[in-house]
Amino acid sequence: MQLEAMYQEIILDHYRNPHGRGLREPFEAEVHHVNPTCGDEVTLRVHLDGDTIADVSYEGMGCSISQASVSAMYDLVIGKSVPQALETGDHFMTLMQAKGDPSVAEKLEDELEDAVAFAGVSKYPARIKCALMSWMALKDASARALGAQS
Amino acid sequence: MTAVAQVPSGPRPGSGAQQKPLPLDVEAIRADFPILSRTVRDGKRLVYLDSGATSQKPRSVLDAERWFYENVNAAPHRGAHQLAEEATGAYEEARETIARFIGARTDEVVFTRNSTESINLVAYALSNAATAKEPEFRRYAVGQGDEIVVTEMEHHANLVPWQQLCERTGATLRWLGLTDDGRLDLSDLATVVNERTTLVAVTQQSNILGTINPLGEIIARAHEVGALVLVDGAQSVPHQPVDVTELGADFLVFSGHKMLGPTGVGVLWGRYDVLDALPPFLTGGSMIEVVRMEGSTFMPPPQRFEAGVPMTAQVIGLGAAVEYLQRLGMDNVLAHEEALTAYALEKLAEIPGVTVIGPPDTVARGGAISFTVEGIHPHDVGQVLDDQGIAVRVGHHCAWPVVRRYGVPATTRATFYVHTGYDDVDALADGIRKAQQFFGVVPAEEA
Repeated sequence: MQLEAMYQEIILDHYRNPHGRGLREPFEAEVHHVNPTCGDEVTLRVHLDGDTIADVSYEGMGCSISQASVSAMYDLVIGKSVPQALETGDHFMTLMQAKGDPSVAEKLEDELEDAVAFAGVSKYPARIKCALMSWMALKDASARALGAQS
Repeated sequence: MTAVAQVPSGPRPGSGAQQKPLPLDVEAIRADFPILSRTVRDGKRLVYLDSGATSQKPRSVLDAERWFYENVNAAPHRGAHQLAEEATGAYEEARETIARFIGARTDEVVFTRNSTESINLVAYALSNAATAKEPEFRRYAVGQGDEIVVTEMEHHANLVPWQQLCERTGATLRWLGLTDDGRLDLSDLATVVNERTTLVAVTQQSNILGTINPLGEIIARAHEVGALVLVDGAQSVPHQPVDVTELGADFLVFSGHKMLGPTGVGVLWGRYDVLDALPPFLTGGSMIEVVRMEGSTFMPPPQRFEAGVPMTAQVIGLGAAVEYLQRLGMDNVLAHEEALTAYALEKLAEIPGVTVIGPPDTVARGGAISFTVEGIHPHDVGQVLDDQGIAVRVGHHCAWPVVRRYGVPATTRATFYVHTGYDDVDALADGIRKAQQFFGVVPAEEA
């Protein structure tokens, strides 16, 4: 059974007990992203302190992969500067393009922490977009939040 | 080799679901489909429950396409060489076969790419009619003050083209709603379909709910007020006998790839006098009568709507698919799927936490079964099923308003066809239970 490779226990933990879920004030930007092929949705807010991400709050509905991904992302990006957070997002994108290659996951373990558990998802092309939706929303929201400041 | 009644096998131990004898010989039919002998996900038997998205193809369809390319390949309706003659003959013969299959006149069958293109053809013809220089093409012109009626149950293919038509022409889109048990709500039929209605577009069988709609009542009302009726047969023509004369609509659309045929070929059937009054949608070669630099005149239907070299091999493949279905008998296909649907509804009802979205029994219902599993997102259900070799569809099934109407983000959908057997339905039910175990949501009474 290959299922366990994709649904790592860490992913299921994030899914059952999401970190940082709920929409909070204050925020400088709010975005709503959907996955048009499956109907998954996330509403995501970013609150900046200077260029540091002070809070990411979100609501959404979707599969375990999309919901666990936003929870793991929350843990990774709080306290980081926007460029640092986006760089982490790039690493996550690299992981999603690895087609299950374990050496890619090994190299990214330090940068991605819990999110490296999504390595198994990269073997299922139809699910990669589920894992990436929250990161796309973060990129969009943080760009808008920076824009709102200037 | 096909269509031989099967010896009934008893219900599985521990299940109250009844296995009535199936009209089709599933094992013999499976042998006709090369793809069903492959395995998926580390050697598992392919349990294909996604025919509603696209059907698998029997060898005779694949052979027909290969025969065409190896023996007669040429552009039909062009050239005077022997191959061109034979290609034209094979193409037109397939048109006759397909026309007979739906009880239509041959010159009322237009080949398109799929149902989506057939619907767009009609929608664009109706807006082109408003600006046609030929007075005979303006009869069905749509404009401000006109109304187009659809239903909340439609596939995006039978909704978005009408939204767009209304945006192009200033017409108004209206729709019939749904009841809680997955049926059309016809309580306001008489007001929604009224003297301003130009066209009613409605599906015969819902791709997501499985509902078979009472078209007679809707068509009668539409014709009473002088409106045209387009029936989306993408999910009905493959699964039940459909005769356009009995149906009484003005248009019927369906896709070849959902009825054992190749991708890239679909059908628009239209009543001849209606087709004849419509301007073209796509223009170019094949569809013209006379071309001068100053302007052109067009062929009568069906050629008027078939611009360019057509998908000849695919049309011939669809002809072979229709012959395959005729050998099985569409009454048998319908009865086969009815028996499977009854069994599947019972099997799913035995699993706590599973909710079927759509009619709960087989009354006026086809074999598309959408369901949710409490505590597990449909994608995750689909993933666990896939891991066991079971192919189902997950998501909103190109009918987003329907899932919204029933307050779910998405569903998992199983669809049946001629090669589906009770073993496939058992695999589905077992797979759902495995998903519940995997995600730790086994309801208390099961644990």
